[in-house]
Amino acid sequence: MDSCLQTIGDYGLRALGYGERLLPRSDFTLCQQFTLIGSGMLWNIYFGVFALLAGFVLAVAVAMGKASSNRLVRKPSEWFIFLFRGSPLFIQFFFAYFFFLSLKGVSPIFDAFSSAWLGALIVLFLNTAAYSGEIFFGALKSIPKGDMEAADAYGLSGYAKFRRITFPTMMRLAWPAYTNEAIFLFHATALVFFSGFPARQQRGDALYYANYFADKTFNPFVPYPILAGYFILLTLVVILSMGAINRRLNRHLGKAPKLKIRPTLIR
Amino acid sequence: MFSFCTDPSTLETYQWFACYFTTGKHANFYWAFVTVLLLLAVTAPTSLAMGFGGASAARSRIAPVRWLGHGYISVVRGVPDIAFFLFFVIALDQGLEFLRHSALCPDWDQPIRQGNDFIVCDAAKLPLGNAPQWVHEVYGFALAVFTFAIVFGAFAANVLYGAMQAVPRAQLETAEAYGMTHRQTFWRILVPQMWVYALPGLSNLWMVLIKATPLLFLLGVEDIVYWARELGGTANPRFTDYPHGDWRMWYFLFLLVFYLAFTRVSEVVLERLMNRLTHGQATTGGEAQRKAA
Repeated sequence: MDSCLQTIGDYGLRALGYGERLLPRSDFTLCQQFTLIGSGMLWNIYFGVFALLAGFVLAVAVAMGKASSNRLVRKPSEWFIFLFRGSPLFIQFFFAYFFFLSLKGVSPIFDAFSSAWLGALIVLFLNTAAYSGEIFFGALKSIPKGDMEAADAYGLSGYAKFRRITFPTMMRLAWPAYTNEAIFLFHATALVFFSGFPARQQRGDALYYANYFADKTFNPFVPYPILAGYFILLTLVVILSMGAINRRLNRHLGKAPKLKIRPTLIR
Repeated sequence: MFSFCTDPSTLETYQWFACYFTTGKHANFYWAFVTVLLLLAVTAPTSLAMGFGGASAARSRIAPVRWLGHGYISVVRGVPDIAFFLFFVIALDQGLEFLRHSALCPDWDQPIRQGNDFIVCDAAKLPLGNAPQWVHEVYGFALAVFTFAIVFGAFAANVLYGAMQAVPRAQLETAEAYGMTHRQTFWRILVPQMWVYALPGLSNLWMVLIKATPLLFLLGVEDIVYWARELGGTANPRFTDYPHGDWRMWYFLFLLVFYLAFTRVSEVVLERLMNRLTHGQATTGGEAQRKAA
C-alpha cells in the first residue's frame, strides 16, 4: 500500500512533466498502470474542456452564419463545416502538425503551435466548432415559428430578440445532441498523440500510456480495460454536468426532456 | 514512366513532376488507396452482416440470446473508439495463437505468459515464422478488417435494431393474423420494410466508416497515411534522400482533399438512393414525392 502511494507521488503528474523522469521499464504493477494512465487523463481533460468551451462560442457564430441570408457570410460558414466534418480528424491532426511545422521555419513565433498543447488544441477547437455548429444550425431551423412570431409581436428585434428568444430556444433544442458531441470530443482527444503531434519526454495522454504498457508487457488485457474505465468515468461526469445544464435550460417547462445518449465513434 | 524522363537534365518543372509522381515508390502510395477502398468494400458488408446478426439477437425471444445481442451493442458503443482498435488487434492475434497452441502443441509444459512475454510453440505462430511477406500483409489486413467489422457491426446492429422497432406494429400483427409463423413474419414483413428506416442511420455510419479508414495506420497496415509520411519526409532509412524538402504537409493536404471528395460523392449517391427507397412509402418523404409528381 505504501509503495503504491509512493508510485502515485512519483508518477501522478508524470504526464505534465513532474515527478520521476524515467517510466517504469520492467515488473509493472497494477498501481503503476492505474497511476500513469490516470495521469495521462489530465491531458484528455485539458484538451476536451478547453476545446469545448472555445468551440461553443465559434459554433454559435458559425450556426448563425450558416443561417444568414448574406452569401458572403453563409458560404464561408458552410465550407468551414463541410471541411471539418467531411474529413477524418486523424488526417486533420497530421496536416495541421506539418503545416505548423513549416510555419515554424517562417518565424519563431509559431514554435508553440507545433507542440500538442496548443496545436492539437486548435485542431480540436475548430473540429468541435464545426460539428456543434451543424447541431446548432439544425436547432435554429427547428425553432417553432410561433415563438419567433410572438417575439415580433412583443416588439423584440435585433440583438434583444436573439438574446432572449432565439439563443435560449436554440440551446434548449440542441442540448441533447450537443451532449453527445461533448462525449465524442472527449473520446476524440485520445487521437492526439497517435497523430503527428509527438509526446515530448514521454508526456502523453491516457491512451499513450496504455499503449506503452501494452507494448511493454505484450498484454493488452490490463491497460486497455483500465483506460476504458477511466473514459467511462469521464463520460459519466460529462453526462451529469450536461444534464444539470439541460435542467437549467428547461427550468420553466417543469420537466426537462431526458437526454438520450447515443455515443458514436471516430470522426 | 514517360520517355522524356530518361534525360533528367532537359526536364522542365511540370515534366519533372510528371516523372516524379510516377516512380515506383509513388505506385506504392497509389496502391494504398486501393487498399483503403478494398477495406471499405470488405468491411461494409461484413459489418452489416454482423449488425444484422446483433439486431436479430437483440430481438430474440430467447432471453440469453437477447442479452448477448444487447450486451454486444452496448459494450462496443460505450468504450472509446481507438482504444478498441488497438486492443482488438493484439487480443485477436493472441487469442488465435493461443487456440492454435492448445490444439497443435498439447505437450507444451511451460506457461504461455512468462513475465512480459507471450510465448507459444513455433507451429502455432501466426503467420508461421517462415511464411512469405505477402502472408504477413494479408494476415495483418484480415485482422484489421475483422476489428473494423466488430466495432462497426455494433453500430450497425444499433441502427438496424432501431429500424426493426420502427416498422409499424400493425404490419406484424396483420402478418400474424394471416397465420404466418415468426420466421415468416421476420423475413417477409419486417426485413423488407425496415430498410427505409435504417438508411439514414446506415448512411451516417458509412460516412463514419470512411473517416475511420486512416486508423488502418494504427493497426500496422501500410496505408495512405503511412506512405504520405514516408514519401513526404526528407529522407528515411529505407530509401536514399528525396529530391525535395519536407513535403509531408502537401501529401496530407492531398489526403484531406481525397477524403472530402469521397465524402461529397457518397453524400450525393446516398441522397439519390434515399429518394429511390422513399418512393411509394407511407412516410412524409414518400407523401411529399407523391404530391410533387
